[in-house]
Amino acid sequence: MAGAELGLGHYMAVSAALFTIGVFGIFVNRKNIIVILMSIELILLSVNINLVAFSVFNGTIMGQVFAMLVLTVAAAEAAVGLAILVVYFRNRGEIAVEDVNVLRG
Amino acid sequence: MDFLADINNAAPEAILAGFGLVGLLIGAIGGDRISGLLRLLSVVALAAAAVVAAIQFGRGEAISAFASEPLAPDGLYKVSLFTLFAKVVTYALAAFALLMSGGFLKTAQMERYEYPLLIVFGSLGAGMMLSANDLMTLYVGIETLSLSSYVLAAFRRDSIKSAEAGLKYFVLGALASGLLLYGSSLVYGFTGGTGYAAIAAAPSSIGLTFGLVFLICGLAFKASAAPFHIWTPDVYEGAPAPVVAFFSTAPKIAAVGVLAHVLFTAFGPHAGSWQQILAIIAALSMLIGAFGALMQNSIKRILAYSSISNVGFALIGVAAGAEQGAAALLVYMALYVVATLGLFGGVLALRRGGRAIDQVSDLNGLVKSKPGIALGLMVLIFSVAGIPPAAGFWGKLQVFTAGISADLLWLVLVGALASVVSLGYYLRLVWAMFMKPAGEPLDKTDMSVGLVVAITSLAMFPVLTIVIQILLDLAMRAAGG
Repeated sequence: MAGAELGLGHYMAVSAALFTIGVFGIFVNRKNIIVILMSIELILLSVNINLVAFSVFNGTIMGQVFAMLVLTVAAAEAAVGLAILVVYFRNRGEIAVEDVNVLRG
Repeated sequence: MDFLADINNAAPEAILAGFGLVGLLIGAIGGDRISGLLRLLSVVALAAAAVVAAIQFGRGEAISAFASEPLAPDGLYKVSLFTLFAKVVTYALAAFALLMSGGFLKTAQMERYEYPLLIVFGSLGAGMMLSANDLMTLYVGIETLSLSSYVLAAFRRDSIKSAEAGLKYFVLGALASGLLLYGSSLVYGFTGGTGYAAIAAAPSSIGLTFGLVFLICGLAFKASAAPFHIWTPDVYEGAPAPVVAFFSTAPKIAAVGVLAHVLFTAFGPHAGSWQQILAIIAALSMLIGAFGALMQNSIKRILAYSSISNVGFALIGVAAGAEQGAAALLVYMALYVVATLGLFGGVLALRRGGRAIDQVSDLNGLVKSKPGIALGLMVLIFSVAGIPPAAGFWGKLQVFTAGISADLLWLVLVGALASVVSLGYYLRLVWAMFMKPAGEPLDKTDMSVGLVVAITSLAMFPVLTIVIQILLDLAMRAAGG
């Protein structure tokens, strides 16, 4: 598996890139909260790639079990996030990131 | 191992999980009409979980549970005295927080059956993450707590503030979970295991340190330690008051407890890589909490900054390491969350024209209209601030002693500075209650809330001031196991 052409480092690089894109997607994004939800999914995806790659290269199964749990919890998280977004939209009438500013000290 | 024996070891969580599922069924059939009944049952379930955890603490042995040979030989779950101590306090405070929320829920028309169940599931998550002996259990526990918390923050559906609090909490919380997970994946990759014992046995490496840093970021967010505290004031201000009373008590001690537990057990042999980070996080939290609150006028925001600052003090205990700090941080957090519960209880009790009060000026002249509550609040504020006659002083003394014995004198000095600065806003609250002329009359207060204020303030002074040794002994026992 760990041939010269595709090693653990490659998987980790993809995962790190996805993770960075996800984190930047949350902070740089100034338009839409839906994009933030997508960025969160991207972060969880990068974690899954990491876990499965480590699992294969370490030769232990735990990483794949962990990835299954992450998938399940990610679904629940998306459901809760969208529900909160709907509540917010009903009150506010829009979901632009710039307008999330009622609370500030 | 035998499945029933495993369930027996995890009895407090099993009670909560079982009750939560049955409660959902009852609620789905009975609807919101029986929410009052369901709230009482939830209080009973939480109290039962606290009692069972206390019995386990009394038995006094560390037990692993849910072990399976090839996957998790050390068990996914571990019942230890340190975590049991935190669990007892967590469950008991969740029960009290739920008990005193009744009046508020009625007047705010938030009496829905999901509310008590969300608190039960949140407490279950807090208990699970405390008992985790594996990064997977830790993650599932944290998410159980977090997902319940997001919904609770947005529970007042018709309020823009509450919805926005829920939204902010969700976005930042999900990011923190992502950081925590990414850290967990790195730790797994560089140690080859997710169990705490496997991580502790692995040699230190750059990859492990990287993962550890991500992991600390995620956990510090849950404990609202600086620089991951940004969500706290907004969520505290926007979320309904009884929800904030829950947030600032039960999950808070659980989050600090789990941060300490993970670092002490799984990363204990790698202490060199996290001790400095924790010391800096503690110093930042204390200072930001102290200075941030000075310019605030909303009571809930002040209490939010106060909780950031107090988490910083507790983290001195974590930075001091397991031997010196474990008992100190348990004592500190226990005293802090009990006082905070009473503080929120008092603020909850005060309503003007059916609306909960929010500004510091709303407290003006409280001593004339409600002398009992004003006196209780003063004791609690002194305790949170750590002023000598109140019990909170003992907690602060403990963490400072732990810091000094771990050669963290600079951190203790920062802590002393932060204490003095934060007196500024604590005394401002007391000044408003006792020295300012009274404003418009307040509504009648609920019995249950007055009771919680009375119990907690009497506990802080004089009861715990005198019998503090009992609490110290219990914490020492917890730290030893």
